[in-house]
Amino acid sequence: MATKTPNEISEELLRPLFHTSWRFFVAFIPLALLVLAAFGAFVYQVWNGIGVAGIRRPVFWGFYITNFVFWIGISHAGTLISAILRLANATWRRPVTRCAEVITVFALSIGALFPIIHLGRPWLFYWLVPYPNDRTIWPNFRSPLLWDLTAITTYLTGSVSFLLLPIIPDWAVIRDKATGWRKKLFTALALGWRGTPKQWHRLETAMHVMAVVIIPVAVSVHSIVSWDFAMAPVPMWHSTIFAPYFVAGAIFSGIAGLIVAMAFLRKFLRLEEYLQPIHFDNLGKLLLMMVLLWLYFTVSERLTTWYGNQSDEMAVFWLTQRGSFAPLFWLMVICNFLIPFPLLAIKKLRTITSTVIASTTIIVGMWLERFLIIVPSLAHKYLPYSWGSYRPTWVEITITVGTFAGMGTLYLLFVKFVPIISIWELKAGLRKSAVARGPLSVANARLELVAEPDGPLTTRRVLK
Amino acid sequence: MKAVYGLYPDPDSAQRAVDLLRGANVEDRSIVVLSSEPFDEYEFGRREHKTIMPWLAALGGLVCGLGAFAFVAFTQRAYPLPTGGMPIVSLWPNGIITYEFTMLGAVLATLVTLIITARSPRQSARLFDPEVSNGKILIGVVNPPEASGTEVEEALRSAGTRSVVRLP
Repeated sequence: MATKTPNEISEELLRPLFHTSWRFFVAFIPLALLVLAAFGAFVYQVWNGIGVAGIRRPVFWGFYITNFVFWIGISHAGTLISAILRLANATWRRPVTRCAEVITVFALSIGALFPIIHLGRPWLFYWLVPYPNDRTIWPNFRSPLLWDLTAITTYLTGSVSFLLLPIIPDWAVIRDKATGWRKKLFTALALGWRGTPKQWHRLETAMHVMAVVIIPVAVSVHSIVSWDFAMAPVPMWHSTIFAPYFVAGAIFSGIAGLIVAMAFLRKFLRLEEYLQPIHFDNLGKLLLMMVLLWLYFTVSERLTTWYGNQSDEMAVFWLTQRGSFAPLFWLMVICNFLIPFPLLAIKKLRTITSTVIASTTIIVGMWLERFLIIVPSLAHKYLPYSWGSYRPTWVEITITVGTFAGMGTLYLLFVKFVPIISIWELKAGLRKSAVARGPLSVANARLELVAEPDGPLTTRRVLK
Repeated sequence: MKAVYGLYPDPDSAQRAVDLLRGANVEDRSIVVLSSEPFDEYEFGRREHKTIMPWLAALGGLVCGLGAFAFVAFTQRAYPLPTGGMPIVSLWPNGIITYEFTMLGAVLATLVTLIITARSPRQSARLFDPEVSNGKILIGVVNPPEASGTEVEEALRSAGTRSVVRLP
């Protein structure tokens, strides 16, 4: 058991900003090298043309669009979950929300890169921006690609705001503790924050409004991503179930991503006293619900297709059930259901380690799901003479691996500038829970943080 | 700027200080409260709570949404593409753009409202002490009346602060 005063909490959470250990470089350098390799692969592709990627007729969407859908899905971990937990006033959310919100911003940024990487001439991506070009033609707003642009722009703007606003008071704390260039930097970032009651109230009101707005936006973003597919008359794409199926899948993979990130931060930044088993347990229960929801949607989609028995759809259906894509399909089922379900459903098994194992398999499984939605349908579209295959090249694989490394790199850099747990929210939550527990006046007592090995982070009041 | 303030270790003594300052006939708008976390459950933490931010967010959403619909409809009429018998200005796809811009408008309106309304009304009179970031609560009075200066200091001291700071 460890006891901590609120000031000690601040010091501990700010430590990664002021001290850089060798572990940071051990993690950062390989990840940065992988990002550089991915950048090199992209330059190679731009130099030699999109033909160096494996996409060719009839499969024009391969790894890049799979990654686009996957990363947009992962982005649903953060802001959406954080907003729901904020509105529900779930007290256990406080150490978790910022970890989650960061995932959204970075995953969304990475995801939004892929349509550009996928372009044959990526330097012309600005043609998507609504302005009349040389022939006075405006972009076609009836196209789902324009829907994507507006939805991702809105979600990214909202998510960045949702992440940055509650950081301002923490930056003000760093401003007052830092010296040298750090003091100058954080003085600028703190925007003159002083902590008046009016500022606190406006901040909390803004966060509340943002939370209300961001939930329907998050749902709309992945619905629109699903409509990139569902609006096309392609076998097993043109389906009304796609929007909720994609949203559920996004939340599913998002929570898994959040758990993995939390576990990494817990070890890397030594946050065992803040990110406790209770947080993994609660998120594990949420993940369990999503495992079942994923199974429900998958069965609904497959059963409806099978019962309809349309020849074009059945060609794709059998391709994934017992054809060339079957190993990937059944691996997806193993990763998304057979492994995580028992690990999460049996209380004794739902430890931090097994929750992380379940989450890791789910991330793999959900990437496969995106791949299996896109490629088999394009490879077996209607007339057999136009059927084809897809094999990714080293360029696509390198860029894909590089984006995972990019996520890690961005996360590591982020924790050097921002406390990964919101200090003021954590302290306010601890105080409120202490006040709510009894009539003892806080004035007569000193609040101490109590961290028990298997329990939630709580406070205890010690009489002065 | 002339000011006098004390630093308090807990919200109860901070509340006592505010009450005693009021007892010393100090006006509410002269009392400065600064803290490193919100204290909504205390009266001193609930000052200036009236805001029309949610309404401004709704207004921002409405303006942006209507503007987006009008803009999209304009672009579709400016260069009518063949739509195979479907309407040129089509409500379903335009509805998606309208929806997204409505939400974007609400987000931006909230941000702008926050930036404008959370600023200190008197930028020159920015009373602050870095000890606030160490968890102390600052209770002070900006430009205290000369006549009641000692009374203000006494009020701050008797609420439980170790020392009273006077500026300049």
